[in-house]
Amino acid sequence: MVDLTRRFDVLVIGGGNAALCAAISARRAGAAVLVLEGAPKFYRGGNTRHTRNMRCAHDAATEILTGPYTEEEFWQDLLLVTGGQTDEELARFMIHESKDILNWIVEQGVRWQPSLGGTLSLGRTNSFFLGGGRAMLNALYRTAEQLGVDILYDAEVIDLKIDDGMFLSAALKQPVGGRTEVRASTLVAAAGGFEANIEWLKEHWGEAADNFLIRGTPYNRGSILKMLLAKGVQEIGDPTQCHAVAIDARAPKFDGGIITRHDSVVFGVVVNKLAQRFYDEGEDIWPKRYAIWGRLVAAQPDQIAYIIFDSTVVTSFMPTLFPPIAGSTIGELAGKLELDPVALETTIADFNAAVRPGTFDHTILDDCRTEGLTPPKTHWARRIETPPYLAYPVRPGITFTYLGTRVNRQARMLMKDGKPSANMFAAGEIMAGNVLGKGYAAGIGMTIGSVFGRVAGQEAAKNARN
Amino acid sequence: MHGTRILQEADRLMTVCNSCRYCEGLCAVFPAMEMRRAFSDGDLNYLANLCHACGACYTDCQFSPPHEFNVDVPKTLATARAESYATYAWPHAFAGAFARNGLVISLVAALSVAAFIFGFAAINDRDVLYGIHTGPGAFYRLMPHNAMALLFGAAFLYAIVALVMSVRAFWRDIGEPVGMTTDAKALFQAIRDAGELRYLDGGGVGCFNEDDQPTDRRKLYHHLTFYGFVLCFAATCVGTLYHYLFAREAPYAWWDLPVVLGTLGGIGLLIGPIGLLIEKWKRDPVLVDEQRMGMDTAFIVMLFLTSITGLALLLWRETASMGPLLALHLGVVFALFITMPYGKFVHGIYRFVALVRYARERQMMGE
Repeated sequence: MVDLTRRFDVLVIGGGNAALCAAISARRAGAAVLVLEGAPKFYRGGNTRHTRNMRCAHDAATEILTGPYTEEEFWQDLLLVTGGQTDEELARFMIHESKDILNWIVEQGVRWQPSLGGTLSLGRTNSFFLGGGRAMLNALYRTAEQLGVDILYDAEVIDLKIDDGMFLSAALKQPVGGRTEVRASTLVAAAGGFEANIEWLKEHWGEAADNFLIRGTPYNRGSILKMLLAKGVQEIGDPTQCHAVAIDARAPKFDGGIITRHDSVVFGVVVNKLAQRFYDEGEDIWPKRYAIWGRLVAAQPDQIAYIIFDSTVVTSFMPTLFPPIAGSTIGELAGKLELDPVALETTIADFNAAVRPGTFDHTILDDCRTEGLTPPKTHWARRIETPPYLAYPVRPGITFTYLGTRVNRQARMLMKDGKPSANMFAAGEIMAGNVLGKGYAAGIGMTIGSVFGRVAGQEAAKNARN
Repeated sequence: MHGTRILQEADRLMTVCNSCRYCEGLCAVFPAMEMRRAFSDGDLNYLANLCHACGACYTDCQFSPPHEFNVDVPKTLATARAESYATYAWPHAFAGAFARNGLVISLVAALSVAAFIFGFAAINDRDVLYGIHTGPGAFYRLMPHNAMALLFGAAFLYAIVALVMSVRAFWRDIGEPVGMTTDAKALFQAIRDAGELRYLDGGGVGCFNEDDQPTDRRKLYHHLTFYGFVLCFAATCVGTLYHYLFAREAPYAWWDLPVVLGTLGGIGLLIGPIGLLIEKWKRDPVLVDEQRMGMDTAFIVMLFLTSITGLALLLWRETASMGPLLALHLGVVFALFITMPYGKFVHGIYRFVALVRYARERQMMGE
């Protein structure tokens, strides 16, 4: 049993990568640490459950990385994906620290594996967790427990007492035991974003948000973020934005994770419920344009769309969780999708007529394109003419949100007046907006979590001692 | 559609896993799965026998129960694996032995021991049965060597034929042409993988058994059991060679090769099975095909009994207990031999064959 009457040195709210890195580093620095994870034990770890890799800079190839990835190259990649919406000082600090994280995280029990099969394109830049994100979490939890970090599950924080930027205590609500006031010298907030909070999403997306599917657990509700912002912490990041990809419409409302995604867009056409195309499916190579489709589908009526392709391309992409819906004619397929058969037949016929001959190569921006079609398909355009005709229904799948708390290099929260908080730190998705104003690059969320988690833990422990 | 409910479930899981692939670094099952987009009955039986039940993919899976995707690969493949033993059993009329395997093995063992005891008593006078026999040929005063060799040779031969026929059916079903002798490289790789239990290690940290801590010691106990068994078998072979090539008759002195091999092997066969049983009882039911506990336990106990009766015979072979102990030991060994094709013993054969197939597939994929 955890003694909640004592005063802890460091209170960590959250239970993912950032939270555990903070807890471990604070404990290693000698602090008494309590972790409050709002989810039940099985669902612990927030979005970390569904991650697979981390992007770290390194100057030379390693056993698991195929070549060097310099700090400068990482910085250029970050600039590219964020369009410059990043805090350069924090970003460069994170990139520099990421080099050491590559080894530090292994010392915490996490194991790497060489990139295999479907992930070779990331083999130089990203390090993969052996067994995936939950295996990584399990290792961090084991280490934290062995070090003597106290951990509570189903531990929902319903209020924070903060006085002029100084954390005093947290009100904890547990299924058994009711409400308890938890006191600690410092706070590390690592409780993620608000992607599972449909009401909050609706504030920016309106009723459309009802049709969003959430890729992570239902516990990422952003309640800690909301409390902090309400109590004077400076916000950062676009509150209206979230990372959204197109995922299978048959996926569960929450926690479908990685396996509901579709990477088949470039091999066919995408139509909305009126059986009309609405965007250039061949704009850029996967995974570069992977993330735009969630938002594109979100803008369509009823937030649903259908990837239509034919039997010649079925083996061009990874096998899918849900089988494609099939029809021996376009009309029959339309019937099964409850689309207007005539409209779909017209759309496909128009598309087929516009396809120009070319040499298909899905690894480059090839010369297979349409002519005289609006919107065009600028690469990989091939006629859809070999039955059976196939379709995946897709909806927006929300991965994470960008709104967060402003921090400095110590991961210390900054208050609205620009002053650093006396004893409050933040790490992970809750402060990712400092580095990642928009866009995404594979594995960067985990880098933010581990780097700022470790810093937050060290600084919080130091703060608690003084 | 698949032939059985469990293969249907295995197909569902492999479809889930194939769209995730986070576990591909843990063992051989997932890379083998990735070489396929659809799964026949034979494919699934192959994957099931490739699985070493280390449990890592369950602990690491974000979709394991209570998640609604309900992904439990170790348990599902364990059940499919056990059912595959019955599927390929030869002659097929004996496939039912797998359904109530604990009962079948117990009955056969009891009957076999009883037959030897009554047989010894029927053939031998009371003072021979309870007499003290020493020197070369002591055992054969109770049962003539030729009779012993004939009986055990026939039992062993039958087991071999039945196993070969079963494996042949399995080999064909998992998509390999008959006649694998040409591929020495794959065979050698499989011998290494099986010999060191490469995939019984939880992807490197060790296996999972009673909880999400990789504290399992089944690999050690399995090594003791398997190499103990190999040493005992080697002891028997050396003894046979001694008898026919050098006309040296058992029992042999304590320092002689058959006794040294048998004793060392016997010790492994005592500690190994006890350890395996303890680990088995501790194992989280969520990872286990509980219906097959009887089969697993029966095999482990038979190995243990083989060893303990053999060691007892060694210790008391110069006393009046030798006759009854010999009957007991021979009864257990005979039962072990004739039930080999119809019990847990086959797991080693099928898994080895699956490893050969996997090594060949890796070669074909150019690795």
